[in-house]
Amino acid sequence: MRVALVVGLVAAVPWLQAAAQSVDPTAAEFDKFRAVLEKDNPAELFEAKGEHLWRTPGGPKKASLEKCDLGLGPGMVKGAYAQMPRYFADVDRVMDAEARIVHCMISLQGFSYAELAKAPFSNEVRTPDPVSLVAYVAGQSRGEKLAPGRSHPKELAAYNNGKAVFFYRAGSFDFSCASCHGVDNQRIRTQPLPNFTKPDQALAAVQGWPGYRMTGGVVHSLQWRLNDCFRQQRFPRPEYASETLSALMTYLTVNASGQVYKGPGIKR
Amino acid sequence: MHDTRRTVLKAIWAIGVLASAAGAGLLSPVRAFAAWNKGAFEAKSTIDAMKALGVANAEDSKAIEIRAPEIAENGAVVPIDITSNVPGTTAIAVFIEKNPFPYAGSFDVSQGAVPYVHLRVKIGESSPVRVVVTAGGKHYMSAKEVKVTIGGCGG
Amino acid sequence: MTEPMKIRVTLQGDVADVRVLMAHPMETGQRKDAAGKIVPLHFIQTISAQLNGKTVFNADVSQAVSRNPVFAFKVKGAKTGDKVVITWTDNKGEKRTDETVVRAAGS
Repeated sequence: MRVALVVGLVAAVPWLQAAAQSVDPTAAEFDKFRAVLEKDNPAELFEAKGEHLWRTPGGPKKASLEKCDLGLGPGMVKGAYAQMPRYFADVDRVMDAEARIVHCMISLQGFSYAELAKAPFSNEVRTPDPVSLVAYVAGQSRGEKLAPGRSHPKELAAYNNGKAVFFYRAGSFDFSCASCHGVDNQRIRTQPLPNFTKPDQALAAVQGWPGYRMTGGVVHSLQWRLNDCFRQQRFPRPEYASETLSALMTYLTVNASGQVYKGPGIKR
Repeated sequence: MHDTRRTVLKAIWAIGVLASAAGAGLLSPVRAFAAWNKGAFEAKSTIDAMKALGVANAEDSKAIEIRAPEIAENGAVVPIDITSNVPGTTAIAVFIEKNPFPYAGSFDVSQGAVPYVHLRVKIGESSPVRVVVTAGGKHYMSAKEVKVTIGGCGG
Repeated sequence: MTEPMKIRVTLQGDVADVRVLMAHPMETGQRKDAAGKIVPLHFIQTISAQLNGKTVFNADVSQAVSRNPVFAFKVKGAKTGDKVVITWTDNKGEKRTDETVVRAAGS
């Protein structure tokens, strides 16, 4: 398995080349049909499931998440996603939406972190509850402008830490996030790679996940996507819902701030 | 003048409530189609599937619009829009020629539906998408080539 | 166990644009699971739609339809307050019915 992954990447690298995105007919065709796919996005099925989970008593404490504070006060979901990551005084740290949901599942419903972090990512047979929940919460910020926290000292620190993580080169391929996503007009095979250091392209980092991935037909969260970037860089995996990932999300979201969030995406 | 009104179903999570209503026969559909055509669905070529459906004599038509990507971003989900401008269209059948079982389905629009359908299909390798339309007992066909690509990392 | 569909209806004059999302694995019988075992064929075979109790659309489909299927079709002669009911059945005999009411804008 491991050998296959390495061979796959080596095969992909020669294709990592400059491409003029604006005139690439393949990318234009993808964009045209992306709009068709977005119009009816199966992610909405998972949003509905997440809403049900939010309202239904669960966990050892048989409590619902309706008292979970996503930053706008207990139970306020509308618009909350677009204002995360943000600083939460009760835990004295910056949290992204999924980290906050996990926190609420622990504090309100009585789940353990170990339990939730054991297999936190979706596959063909199982969508973990926090993934459906984050899809629901994200869907409740459709049409809202992205306004992550950027005033509290810990929010500023998170931005700077996230930026450092983004540019940190290491591992057997001497990769960083920026190797793929810090340069204009790159692609892997037929997929254009957005440059997340540019405000307009940074939106692509925030817009896609949580989202429906056509490969496998599952909803994945931004936690999964960033974890997978670490895997592709041959880095040790970051801890689920950790401060490192909240910091990286803060960097990406602040870069995209002010732009309108469209809700869970649909991705290749 | 167009009056656009929109309604969104609030998902009801009471699993089985509606299903049991259906089970009681209250909602059972009246089917105009013959039973699900096993022979056509299990055919390994488009022509065999068309024979099983009795539409093998379809003639080429320019009155069938097929909107599908020339290059699909992911063969697992290829969106297809079909509109038939053949007067009196009653059914639309879709075949993905290079799939192991080409016949993907038929849509009966004879009971008050407009001759239009949107569906999303799996296409294993680059393939023509063939559409056969039935109107007035005759059959008409058109096709569009869809290329399937290999993509990048996480999408 | 089945999960709810999501049904959306947009009226354009008297034509209802019906768009439906269905939760279903649509297994082709060719995919292997993580343990290398073939996942058995499991797919929606028939779909029907009724407007105020009258069948207006039927479909027979194969496992080629994508996982978590999306369909759209258009029905003539619809108006605010009409009931749209959609039913699917699959090859294992599972069945799911959901409905929505065509509402006026803003309500």
